[in-house]
Amino acid sequence: MFRRLAVLATLAGAALAGTAALAQAPSGKVTVVTSFSKDVTDPFKAAFEKAYPGTRLEVQNRNTNAGVKFVEETKGNNQTDLFWASAPDAFEVLKGKGLLQKYQPKATGIPEKIGAFPINDPEGHYFGFAASGYGIMWNTRYAQANKLPEPKDWSDLAKPAYYDHVAISAPSRSGTTHLTIETILQGEGWDKGWRTVKEMAGNFSQITERSFGVPEAVNSGQTGFGIVIDFFAFSSQASGFPVKFVYPTVTTIVPANVGIIANAPNKAGAEAFVEFALSPAGQEVLLEPSIRRLPINPAVYAKAPADYPNPFKDPSLGSRVKFDVNVSEKRTAVVDGLFDQLITFQLDAIKGATKAVHEAEAALAKKDNPQARALVKEARDLIAAMPVNEQQAASPETAGAFTGAKEKGARQAELEAQWAAFAKERYAQARAKAEEAAKLAR
Amino acid sequence: MSATLAPAAARPAPRLFASPGQALAAAAIALFLLLFLVWPVATVIYVAFTEKGSGAFTLINFVDFARTDLFVRSFWNSVYVSAMSVVLASVFALPLAAITTRFEFRGAALVQTLGFIPLIMPPFVGAVAMQLFFGRNGSVNLLLDEGFGFKIPFMEGLNGVVFVQSVHYFPFILVNLSAALRNIDRSMEEAAQNLGSSGFRLFRRIVFPLALPGYLAGASLVFVKVFDDLATPLLLNVKDMLAPQAYLRVTSIGIADPMGYVISVVLIVASILAMWASAAATRGRDYATVQRGGGGLARRRLRPWESAAAYAVVGLILALVLAPHLGLLLLSFATVWSFSPLPDAYTLAHYGRVFGASADYIKNTLIYASLAGLIDVVLGAAIAYLVLRTRLVGRHWLDWAASAALAVPGVVLGIGYLRTFYGVQLPGGQPLATLWITIVLALAIRRLPYALRACYAALQQISTSLEEAAENLGANKARTVRRIVLPLMTGGILAGFISSFSTAAVELSATLMLVQSNSDAPLAYGLYVFMQSPAGRGPGAALGVIAVVLVAACALLSHLVIERGQKARGAGH
Repeated sequence: MFRRLAVLATLAGAALAGTAALAQAPSGKVTVVTSFSKDVTDPFKAAFEKAYPGTRLEVQNRNTNAGVKFVEETKGNNQTDLFWASAPDAFEVLKGKGLLQKYQPKATGIPEKIGAFPINDPEGHYFGFAASGYGIMWNTRYAQANKLPEPKDWSDLAKPAYYDHVAISAPSRSGTTHLTIETILQGEGWDKGWRTVKEMAGNFSQITERSFGVPEAVNSGQTGFGIVIDFFAFSSQASGFPVKFVYPTVTTIVPANVGIIANAPNKAGAEAFVEFALSPAGQEVLLEPSIRRLPINPAVYAKAPADYPNPFKDPSLGSRVKFDVNVSEKRTAVVDGLFDQLITFQLDAIKGATKAVHEAEAALAKKDNPQARALVKEARDLIAAMPVNEQQAASPETAGAFTGAKEKGARQAELEAQWAAFAKERYAQARAKAEEAAKLAR
Repeated sequence: MSATLAPAAARPAPRLFASPGQALAAAAIALFLLLFLVWPVATVIYVAFTEKGSGAFTLINFVDFARTDLFVRSFWNSVYVSAMSVVLASVFALPLAAITTRFEFRGAALVQTLGFIPLIMPPFVGAVAMQLFFGRNGSVNLLLDEGFGFKIPFMEGLNGVVFVQSVHYFPFILVNLSAALRNIDRSMEEAAQNLGSSGFRLFRRIVFPLALPGYLAGASLVFVKVFDDLATPLLLNVKDMLAPQAYLRVTSIGIADPMGYVISVVLIVASILAMWASAAATRGRDYATVQRGGGGLARRRLRPWESAAAYAVVGLILALVLAPHLGLLLLSFATVWSFSPLPDAYTLAHYGRVFGASADYIKNTLIYASLAGLIDVVLGAAIAYLVLRTRLVGRHWLDWAASAALAVPGVVLGIGYLRTFYGVQLPGGQPLATLWITIVLALAIRRLPYALRACYAALQQISTSLEEAAENLGANKARTVRRIVLPLMTGGILAGFISSFSTAAVELSATLMLVQSNSDAPLAYGLYVFMQSPAGRGPGAALGVIAVVLVAACALLSHLVIERGQKARGAGH
């Protein structure tokens, strides 16, 4: 019944829009599928509806993956106007399937890049409206109770002191974590980058399947340290949680995006929303304590609180790594698959090996032994070993197994089983070597 | 299947159909299941049987499954966790059921209702509350660490999953077993007593075996539900179990990998096998007793010290299983609760924030969940009747198909619905899948197994001689069902309705796929929306408390109705 009425209302609205077509005023229901929480969408909804009287923003909350699947499954009879989420790779998937409408925003004052990252899709299918960086968030009560120092960089999280105190979300589940891993890989190189990631992984207490699972665990003190996107930490602080946040040296600032769905039922309304999000009024909404994201219009920072991070002024934010979207895109699924098979599903094994290495090194610190030291180095190399190199990871054969390429080739399950076996064997060897080293050093 | 067909085939003229009316009912149910369960799911999981690249039929994906260490490990982990959960859940449920139905125990209705609440665990926020209580740095462990210098890993690893699952799902056993205990003929017990049996021996040899259908209905539900549940393992970050593996595979974008669907198929087959096994365990035995309306077993008066012990046991179990909800309540009043046994301070602000928003959510939840519960008991009672009272060919398939719904991951069903019904346009161009009735249907399908098991167990306990008597007196089939069978099944039907209704009220995975607008959204969706941000934790908890109170109130109401009905019938004797 409500539905029927709503349809009538929309139809009536459409009819009105038709008669007022000359004025081109957007009106009626604008439907947006988003992964953003109520804290983000409510202020935007209020501000947008005020800026464009006669419009009504209908927010449909879905997690990014479910949102993409939804838009895909409903394309035959599309009822959605906009897709609005953080992860650029979700937009890439939609774009690749031809589900996003091209558009040229009219907003001015927005630079081409933020840090090293282009703000808008070069082909005009989606547009950055806010920026975020990745870093380390921690619970100060937890750190104090466990006498843990404040971390400054990724490598700090690999130190023995942080064993079993760090949480991350799986990159295959969280577009933001995926970008964090990819940034480390691009910033430090394939082999060195994976070594850093795996050394941190040896200290993981949990790998969650939702991005928000990490800030939730840190906020409630179930775990001490989390690898998160900045606004999770900032909005947690704004809500009163005893947490702190730091940007490590290797980080990148990437835009959160909005895109218009192909065949949008309310195209004028969708365009109006994009324009609003990019306008100074829309950008200022980002400064609200519950949202706390970085505006992409440099001028808006004048209205921000004093301690607000400003990637346009602070050169350490995001400009150190030249993030290459093309490199990232080619190997997205492979990097996620590697992380899952080598770390997520082998967490106990990699933690066991890492703990053994930590103990051997502690013993060596007390009493040195060259032979034992060589064994520890071997153990570390075994942990860091990768089943595929950078070229193989980006090769069409490997990537094709993960993206459901039509040509025949290796199946994803086959490759994954190989990688898992590779990792399992090496972690066991590493653990044995480290334990042997510890014996020698005693 | 073969066991039932063999004797039928041996008869001179196998009766394929019972009566036109029953055949019609069976056909209608089959059509419903086909349309809203089998077909939508098939559109999604057929991928499991296709070859990469060519799309041709193949079983190679299942070979990959068997060859992958992770999947095999996950399979056995799931079996272990499910079996252990049944054991632990029985430890929680048996004393509560026995004490409240066998003895004169003040507050039995209250205990039954409270013991039922753990089933209503709102998504996300329930998990947070549980972590805050039992987690690695939850209240209990912080206090233990401070006082005694050690911690108990309640929520870690596979045994953590067993603990949480037992707390969560033991009400299935409680509800079904209690309904069964109430239905036992008092004369059986009296006969045993006359022959000199009493106490625990009486319970073990007479009462429990007679209540076995109810216990098995609950236990098989717990087993299959734990086997197929993905939320709890994922909340504990245990990923090497089967259902989480399927979920992680199906919902990762950009991966057109068949393995997620292969695992779904394995889950469905394993669930059907478990249901079949529990049916096989009661086959060939007669649980029906003739006397009805006597108010069930005699309730013995407890001696003072027994009474004290009973209260202690009940209190202890309730404290343990209700701790998550106490945590939830605290969380809904807490300002900041972080790494401390109790919140820093308390506030009413969270309730203020959800107050305005929740009216629509509550209304929708009540409509959706009660419609779904209603559909479920109608279908459940009908299927149970067809399976147990007719010789219709293929009747067991109705049972198995309906039970298989338990094993279908919510996302798979959600995607299947979008795929099947989004293309169907209503007059006016609106897709069928955007109507809220689609959510109701998805909920009904997902919760049908609960109602079905309860109805099945209830009917197993009714002697056919009562129906034969009615028919001898001239009543036709329809009248017999209406006047004799249904009234006698009331307890089971209500137990089924409560299970379906209250779990439907907090279901999220399929709903999240199907909700099209805020005005059509149920409470669980509102909760999800809140629980994505730090500032939303308190309001989310407040919404969770509202959901629990709402559902519990409805459960209590139905429970009082059962009690009153039984008393009335008892008095009429």
